[in-house]
Amino acid sequence: MSQTSEEVARRAVEQVARESYGRLVAYLSVHTRDLAGAEDALSEALLKALTVWPRDGVPQNPEAWLLTTARHSLIDFFRHQRVVLDSEPDLLLFVENPAETALETTFQDERLKLLFVCAHPAIDPAMHTPLMLQTVLGLDAVRIAGAFLVSPKAMGQRLVRAKTKIRDGGIRFEVPERPELPQRLDAVLEAIYAGFGIGWDDMAGADERGRDLAQEAVWLARVLLHLMPAEPEVHGLLSLMLHCEARRPARRSQDGHFVPLSQQDPKLWSTPLLEEAEDHLAQASKFRRPGRFQLEAAIQSVHAERARTGRIEWPAIAAFYEQLIRTSPTLGRRTAYAAVVAEANGAEKGLAVLDSIDQDAVSAYQPYWAVRAHLLQLLGKGIEAQQAYDRAIGLAEDPAIREFLLKKRG
Amino acid sequence: MQFVFLIYESPEAFASRKGEGKDSYTGAWRAYHKALVESGAYVAGDPLQVPETGTTVRIKEGKRGVQDGPYADTKEQLGGFTIVEFPSLDAALEWAARCPAASYGAVEVRPLAPDVKRRIVE
Repeated sequence: MSQTSEEVARRAVEQVARESYGRLVAYLSVHTRDLAGAEDALSEALLKALTVWPRDGVPQNPEAWLLTTARHSLIDFFRHQRVVLDSEPDLLLFVENPAETALETTFQDERLKLLFVCAHPAIDPAMHTPLMLQTVLGLDAVRIAGAFLVSPKAMGQRLVRAKTKIRDGGIRFEVPERPELPQRLDAVLEAIYAGFGIGWDDMAGADERGRDLAQEAVWLARVLLHLMPAEPEVHGLLSLMLHCEARRPARRSQDGHFVPLSQQDPKLWSTPLLEEAEDHLAQASKFRRPGRFQLEAAIQSVHAERARTGRIEWPAIAAFYEQLIRTSPTLGRRTAYAAVVAEANGAEKGLAVLDSIDQDAVSAYQPYWAVRAHLLQLLGKGIEAQQAYDRAIGLAEDPAIREFLLKKRG
Repeated sequence: MQFVFLIYESPEAFASRKGEGKDSYTGAWRAYHKALVESGAYVAGDPLQVPETGTTVRIKEGKRGVQDGPYADTKEQLGGFTIVEFPSLDAALEWAARCPAASYGAVEVRPLAPDVKRRIVE
């Protein structure tokens, strides 16, 4: 049975929305700095496409059609509001230039500027990732709110506030220059990785609607790499995430139980993803500018070696963690380091690393208690181990992890 | 700010109460309760008897109505409540997500209304 024109059109709209959303929002907002306005204009254009395309057929260049339509509604908006236009002359040019057909078929990709705006130091760091997910990928506030465990109403308000600040706060749509660049790029990378981390934790598989957040983050990193191919840390971030993605099929047993990394079956790891991850790490190393994400990817790479060698080089991993901790001793790194030291030099040494962490900081940090419980158990300290397990179980959110710990606790 | 976690549980979760408490759901609850108390956020709380033990009263157009069972007839039923104190809704949601019932039923987080209470309790 052939598809109706309505189905064809709907598919076309979905596809162009998926692939071009960020490019269109970036292009529409780069001069006005009005993200909310650009998003509104684009969603109007998408709605219009749903009625016009089934009737007239899908246009030759759907992206250009959407851009023209969205731009017209932006012009209407400006005229209607009689907004005092910014003094930038190119803004006027942007909204009123009629001879733009040539421009529109190959319009400038401004997503890099948009990524830097989303992770601007003047914006609350907690909002960097949500802003990227919404403006570059077009995710709605409800979905973002769920991932970040925030009420949808509150997330919507925070997004609006952040966009108002971008529009009115003099935040420029530009790619920062050196010497500012490394720090600003770091914020962009952190925000992408935060999205990945949330998707990763969330992997119990609850989110069946579309791709999960981890995959969205990988997509964002690919966009960034396409726009900044000569930044080793971008390669590093992508390598790190691909390494983790490669292990996704091995993280749960067939009956849904949690399987820790060192017990995963390497045959279940995705070879193409691992190869791609290794390739990015190798490309990054050519720049001879090591950094946080390259180090983290290198740790994953050592784990991946087990597929070939059958064993894990714990001392190598410990050395990478030591470098990471020297630059920034976060709670997560120190906890992971303790687990690695225990593998390399024995549980007692690992426990000593845990003991050196400030106790106030760890009271609600679940991984700390899980590692602590495991090490105490190895050392035969049954009662203390049980208490630590209780803490880890009580702080767990993922039912598979909870089950795993309950079983180990005994 | 005080919130109540309204714990909605599935029939399976209610059924787990008949055992000796060695099942993983009850075990998870024990650990969660302990962690919540140790965090300092716990104020009060109690489980409720199974929904069938409820009796619902309402006066409609001057007529008394009494119904056996809970007010709302849904699969997940109110199974207990926990009153907690947190600086913000964000923090409360973080702990609600850790509640074992969130994995198998649902947890509704609702702020308490002390101002309404003051109007009633003079």
